[in-house]
Amino acid sequence: MTGLLVLALYVGAFFGSFFLAKAVFKSAFEKKGFNKLKTVTFGDESAITANRVASVISVITVFWLWVAFTNSVIPLPKFPGPFSGDMSFTYTAQLEDGTTDDATVTMRVYREDIQQTLDDEGNPGREPEAPEVEPGDGFAKNDSLTVARYSFKVVNVWANDEVSKRDGSSIVAINGEPIAPGESIKVGEGTIGLTDKGTPTFEPAVGLRMARLYLPAPEVVFQRFIWLNKEGYQGYTLLEHTWFSLKRVVLGFLIGAIVGVPIGYAMGLTGWARGWFDPIVEFMRPIPPLALIPLIIIWFGIGEVGKVVLLFLAALWIMIIAARSGVSGVAISKVHAAYSLGASKWQILSKVIVPNSLPDIFTGARVAMGVCWGTVVAAELVAANVGLGKMIVTASKFQLTDIIIVGIIIIGVIGFAIEVGMRALENWLIPWKGKV
Amino acid sequence: MSGLLINDISMRFDLPNGGHVQALKNVTLDIKSGELMSVLGPSGCGKTTLLNIVAGFLAPTEGNIQLNEEVVHGPGPERGMVFQQGALFEWMSVRDNVSFGPDMKGMSRAESKEKVEHLLDVVGLQDFKEKAVYELSGGMQQRVALARCLANDPDVILMDEPLGALDALTREKMQSLVLDLWKDTGKTIILITHSVEEALLLGERLLVMAPRPGRVHKEYRLPFADMGVGNDLREVKKHKDYGPTREEILEMIWNMEEEIMGRTEESA
Repeated sequence: MTGLLVLALYVGAFFGSFFLAKAVFKSAFEKKGFNKLKTVTFGDESAITANRVASVISVITVFWLWVAFTNSVIPLPKFPGPFSGDMSFTYTAQLEDGTTDDATVTMRVYREDIQQTLDDEGNPGREPEAPEVEPGDGFAKNDSLTVARYSFKVVNVWANDEVSKRDGSSIVAINGEPIAPGESIKVGEGTIGLTDKGTPTFEPAVGLRMARLYLPAPEVVFQRFIWLNKEGYQGYTLLEHTWFSLKRVVLGFLIGAIVGVPIGYAMGLTGWARGWFDPIVEFMRPIPPLALIPLIIIWFGIGEVGKVVLLFLAALWIMIIAARSGVSGVAISKVHAAYSLGASKWQILSKVIVPNSLPDIFTGARVAMGVCWGTVVAAELVAANVGLGKMIVTASKFQLTDIIIVGIIIIGVIGFAIEVGMRALENWLIPWKGKV
Repeated sequence: MSGLLINDISMRFDLPNGGHVQALKNVTLDIKSGELMSVLGPSGCGKTTLLNIVAGFLAPTEGNIQLNEEVVHGPGPERGMVFQQGALFEWMSVRDNVSFGPDMKGMSRAESKEKVEHLLDVVGLQDFKEKAVYELSGGMQQRVALARCLANDPDVILMDEPLGALDALTREKMQSLVLDLWKDTGKTIILITHSVEEALLLGERLLVMAPRPGRVHKEYRLPFADMGVGNDLREVKKHKDYGPTREEILEMIWNMEEEIMGRTEESA
């Protein structure tokens, strides 16, 4: 149900913000430059540019949905939250002889993550005491208890009563409404019910927001980010976890490229090399690197060598194929021209084939870096001492969802940065790409 | 005797189905040093195959190529090649493209500088020498290709439809340039073209080839190339012999094309 609500809100935000933005940011919807003169743009892909207002609103929407479903302190519209604070209900106890007596139960509902919060002095919060209440008159006495949000409490109302359950006292009504064992009644603050044995229970209302365990609020994640940088996790700071993952990727990719590119060239240049490597490449290429993890662990253990070997294998086939297609992409007239200008085979390779294959190799490198980054995280999930994947999987075992989210965000940001960096490098090194 | 001898060349391609194509049959041509020969013919007449054999990219099944009385094997810098397009090196500047040949010989930039600068002047690209070739127009790119070929100082220049991809106006300018370069350098040039006009204007010797099997059909000696050197090519076209020769050759090629079509229809 909540999922459908999220979907509905998201679709609503997509269309709603379109009309809103169109009214407010008129200039962002105007066609720019030459496109201004085009009367037909629907179907003309070249005339479509990303509307940056939409990008900004899109990111804000995701952030807002995140806030709206958590108990965040960020002042954005949120869904109804869980009940928190004091509430009370009355119960009516009846003895076997028919005499009844009413008493009040006061429940103090506190934050489920109170121990994870810090006060101004940096001390963790403590669970509150139950409020003090007057016992009242009659054989049933008033009670007071504490319960955490998103939790559930069995209320032993007879604990302080003059007649215990064993002596024949049973609950027949809550807040004046008759109730039988197994039934429950809803009040604003939660649900009061009777167990099958007739003991009252109280479950505070949860609203639509998620508990910290399932989805921590953005500021919680941010605090965790700061904390991870300072204190670290599992003996390594966040920077070290990131550094180890990155180092593995770069090392594995570089070795893969250094080995793969010459093999790819050889496959494009000699029949023997093509025949030799073709079966291996075609066999290994479709195997997802993750499927190799168990074997890699058996052979190399869970240390650095195994990771680098795995990433090397992830990058190798991609780089071989990229280099081979780079060679086959050389226009034969260029090669002929170079021979007619007196170039030797070695000069053909270094002056014509290598530069001409750079665009293909770079495309391959971009793909390989992406695959390596995905593979390193997955490999660390399976087995590692340190690394972002290791950090995530360990945190999940201790239900530290905020660390998991910090890890995911960093993985995403770095993956994005790798792609952007490779593209910038490509534009700088291969300015002729796509212009021939 | 110096010059290029195409000595009884035959070229037979075997097909995978067991048949074969006779691309060239007993082609013999004696091209004197400094001659400009244009080659015309319908598609499939083997003119590009012939050029590739002279360049050394293909080995003929019979016969041989002799340059200055030496049989050639494989490509070499003494036979320069100018392609239609796409044969420049995009990763190099205009100047680096032009000095590619000297660089390959191991000549230092200082040694080749004078020649490269001179050629850049001749083809009118002095102001563009630092540019990347992909920034140039099609006509300018072909100027680079010409300069690159000349920088290597080949004995023979082989041109495979070098102006085919250019627009009509640029093409006319480039035709004048080719003529001027020919006269200035005295190189032997073999030029393949699809354009009858271009073949007439540039060919001191004009070869019409016929298909199936590829062979020399008819040869002309023409005065127009000499007239065109340093002159307006449009004036040359007004010469009394120009029109009739053009019509004669057009008719000849037209008939060959008709014959091919007819034969194809018969077999179909």
